[in-house]
Amino acid sequence: MDLFEYQARDLFAKHDVPVLAGEVIDTPEAARAATERLGGKSVVKAQVKVGGRGKAGGVKLAATPDEAVEHATNILGMDIKGHTVHKVMIAETAPEIVEEYYVSFLLDRANRTFLSIASVEGGMEIEEVAASRPEAVAKIAIDAIDGVDRAKAQEIVAAAKFPADVADKVADVLVKLWDVFIKEDALLVEVNPLAKVASGDVIALDGKVSLDDNAEFRHPEFEELRDKAAANPLEAAAKEKNLNYVKLDGEVGIIGNGAGLVMSTLDVVAYAGEAHNGVKPANFLDIGGGASAEVMANGLEIILGDPDVKSVFVNVFGGITACDAVANGIVQALELLESRGEEVTKPLVVRLDGNNAELGRKILDDRNHPLVQRVDTMDGAADKAAELAAAAK
Amino acid sequence: MAIFLTKESKVIVQGMTGSEGQKHTKRMLASGTNIVGGVNPRKAGTSVDFDGTEIPVFGSVKEAIEKTGADVTVIFVPEKFTKDAVVEAIDAEIPLAVVITEGIAVHDTAAFWAYAGKKGNKTRIIGPNCPGLITPGQSNAGIIPADITKPGRIGLVSKSGTLTYQMMYELRDIGFSTCVGIGGDPIIGTTHIDALKAFQDDPDTDLIVMIGEIGGDAEERAAAFIKENVTKPVVGYVAGFTAPEGKTMGHAGAIVSGSSGTAQAKKEALEAAGVKVGKTPTETAKLAREILAG
Repeated sequence: MDLFEYQARDLFAKHDVPVLAGEVIDTPEAARAATERLGGKSVVKAQVKVGGRGKAGGVKLAATPDEAVEHATNILGMDIKGHTVHKVMIAETAPEIVEEYYVSFLLDRANRTFLSIASVEGGMEIEEVAASRPEAVAKIAIDAIDGVDRAKAQEIVAAAKFPADVADKVADVLVKLWDVFIKEDALLVEVNPLAKVASGDVIALDGKVSLDDNAEFRHPEFEELRDKAAANPLEAAAKEKNLNYVKLDGEVGIIGNGAGLVMSTLDVVAYAGEAHNGVKPANFLDIGGGASAEVMANGLEIILGDPDVKSVFVNVFGGITACDAVANGIVQALELLESRGEEVTKPLVVRLDGNNAELGRKILDDRNHPLVQRVDTMDGAADKAAELAAAAK
Repeated sequence: MAIFLTKESKVIVQGMTGSEGQKHTKRMLASGTNIVGGVNPRKAGTSVDFDGTEIPVFGSVKEAIEKTGADVTVIFVPEKFTKDAVVEAIDAEIPLAVVITEGIAVHDTAAFWAYAGKKGNKTRIIGPNCPGLITPGQSNAGIIPADITKPGRIGLVSKSGTLTYQMMYELRDIGFSTCVGIGGDPIIGTTHIDALKAFQDDPDTDLIVMIGEIGGDAEERAAAFIKENVTKPVVGYVAGFTAPEGKTMGHAGAIVSGSSGTAQAKKEALEAAGVKVGKTPTETAKLAREILAG
């Protein structure tokens, strides 16, 4: 889960990382009081989870409370690279900035540990610095057990060649940021820029934090951080039912068991769609290994509720759960939906393979639901589902 | 021969007394696995009856090893306690720990992986969030259905459980030496490369099928390894060509970030290493068939 800047700021403040004062608002008028609390001037910053908001006009300096209201009016509702601005942060204006640095902690998948990246050339995208001046970017591996103590922080500071006058202060910030990284179960903690201001202090002016959803069991507060406004309504409904669902922009609804098989199903449908008017998968939905009738019904309900869906492809491999149980699940799911008053009007293509495939197919044949077609290979079923979606498009 | 797991393997189950643990211990026993014990400190000294087979419960992995000579542990304990369970297995120096549990916080996985390194990597870790591994006809450590394929000479390594099953089933007439599900989390123990190396050295494996998916660069690194070190034919499949950027597709590690971790890049890297890559699982199986037919 990626956080907004204001949420990252709050986490930084919680762990004593030096930040500027700021509060988040969602109406233009609220910008006035917030700016008055900051002494009459502020920076109005669009809260979107995408870079480049400054260039897009999403960050404005307000010299008066009235100006803050004016900027907030313009920025709220603005579209920045496809992200609508629902909230702005009213932040304290930064003291005069002398230098801008970059520091981060992140997951290093390839080396199965954590990594610190630091550079004295902050303020721009670190990828750009790494591409044009790789010698200006220090990458230091962090041992997951030893973590970042004062000595490790000094090693990072030395590797990135921070100036002597800020070395201790940056090391101090690094130790505190590591606290954020570990205690909040973050996958990324990035400060850019980490600014040296005229007084000689270093301040985290902007930050990105991404948290590990799998760690929610020890962080009930993650729920509060989730951006419910941005979630697609179908994704939100699926989440309520504990379904692993991602909305996509095509026409063929997909249900399958197992993340890899469902990803593969999307690809196979997209290939099949090339011959059928370019239809594409409408979603990712993994109902897991069990594939019970209730889970199947919940999944079908979400997918049939998507107006973009023209046909549905149910792709199940019977491994742990045998295909006869899955077929019964599909039949019961259709009955359950009808009993909930949901009319099933879109064609379903079902492919069952694996354990007890013959038994499962027979159950579907015996039920003989007018909208359910059975195709026994994954590629063939994908083709049929694409064809049906193209016909209804 | 096979890799990592044979009929000689003595398997214990951490979390055997829980519902998932019981269900799958029963299935593992039914598929011929030599299960010699379970571990649960609160139920030490008791035993669990699986259709007439009494499996003793020990208080610790160490005790289970001392009393049974166990050399494999399969871990089903809930995600909150998985790190401690893996650390216990590492401390007991069991040669193989198969971590089935899904939904483990990545900081926990990073910590037990680092711990294994500090202890000299005496324990091979497979997973987490994986289906385990099976050497058909010999032993099954995890949740892979045992009856969808037969013993044979194909080695299979995969990030995905159901795609593992799909491929085992597609090629069931030829059969497999060992099938290893390594899991789709951002940090995993045994990698594609570890399995490729073991299959290359396994006299009972003639061809290797490697299944990858979006996220990270494990497939690219495996491709480089194949180019340098693998002389046996390798057939590949990569899932997630249509996955949008920035969305996690089921597995915690299955995410395209910016331009990195795409299926296209992985496919190209594998092909550049001489690996034939199928467009669909079925086509991939067909490629394997063609190679084996000469």
